[in-house]
Amino acid sequence: MSQDEIFGKVKEVLVDALSVDDDQVTLASRLQADLDAESIDFLDIVFRLEREFGIKIDRNELFPESVFQGDPEFVQDGKVTPKGLSELRERMPFADLATFEKNPKFDQIGDLFTVDLIVKYIASKLPA
Amino acid sequence: MRWIWIDRFTAFESGKSATAVKCLSAAEDHFADHFPGYPVMPAALILEGLAQTGGILVGEANQFREKVVLAKIPVAKFHREATPGEVLTYQADVIDLRPEGAVIRGKVTSGDDPIAEAEIFFAHLDQNRSAQVFGDHNFVFTGELRHLLGTAPGRPQLPPPKS
Repeated sequence: MSQDEIFGKVKEVLVDALSVDDDQVTLASRLQADLDAESIDFLDIVFRLEREFGIKIDRNELFPESVFQGDPEFVQDGKVTPKGLSELRERMPFADLATFEKNPKFDQIGDLFTVDLIVKYIASKLPA
Repeated sequence: MRWIWIDRFTAFESGKSATAVKCLSAAEDHFADHFPGYPVMPAALILEGLAQTGGILVGEANQFREKVVLAKIPVAKFHREATPGEVLTYQADVIDLRPEGAVIRGKVTSGDDPIAEAEIFFAHLDQNRSAQVFGDHNFVFTGELRHLLGTAPGRPQLPPPKS
């Protein structure tokens, strides 16, 4: 399945799960800030992706919850530490960390959950 | 008034599907206000009946060990109004059942007429957290709703309610 085809299906899933318009969903859309996803929506999205693509998704792998659990090694003064960033890189290999790293504010961490992240994650799970 | 929006189960297949009926009576309080001189069942209460049918289906699938809460209704469509004297049939089918929660697809009919359809998403509350927030008793599955399940053909075996 091509990246475009995956994106098309992911878009459908998000339109259904979040009641957004087709044209609101782009690869760059952030689930929370742009598409108004709430915590329960993440679970809904995971269920729908599984049904749509016929794959098993570990919710904590796609959307790691509280990666840091308030660990001071990873977060200091509201910013993610270098150690925290490397932890993020490991847990979220498909996230666009380049932008986030410039100003790694902890409360912006939700911005890492983008449509692009989902598409790349799904692509990695589908048989080549 | 009691918060029971189904009258009886007419079919129940554990973990798969449930059918319940609800007889609409002009004596129900909501008809007086919704609307004066033009009584129609509030759409939210139709959904409540579907959620109770589906909620018990989801709860029974885990022998009521999970605390099941209605988390989200991603889709709901209403085809026509329902009025006193009608008998609504609630049909709920499990689409997804997982440790974190479940999804049901539901249909409401009156005779052959479609009344409403909806997808309902239930979450299983974290056992420890819900005990802190809601106390130890299960607020949905105690008492009358569970008793109703005993009316279903096939009568699923229920564990005794915790007191």
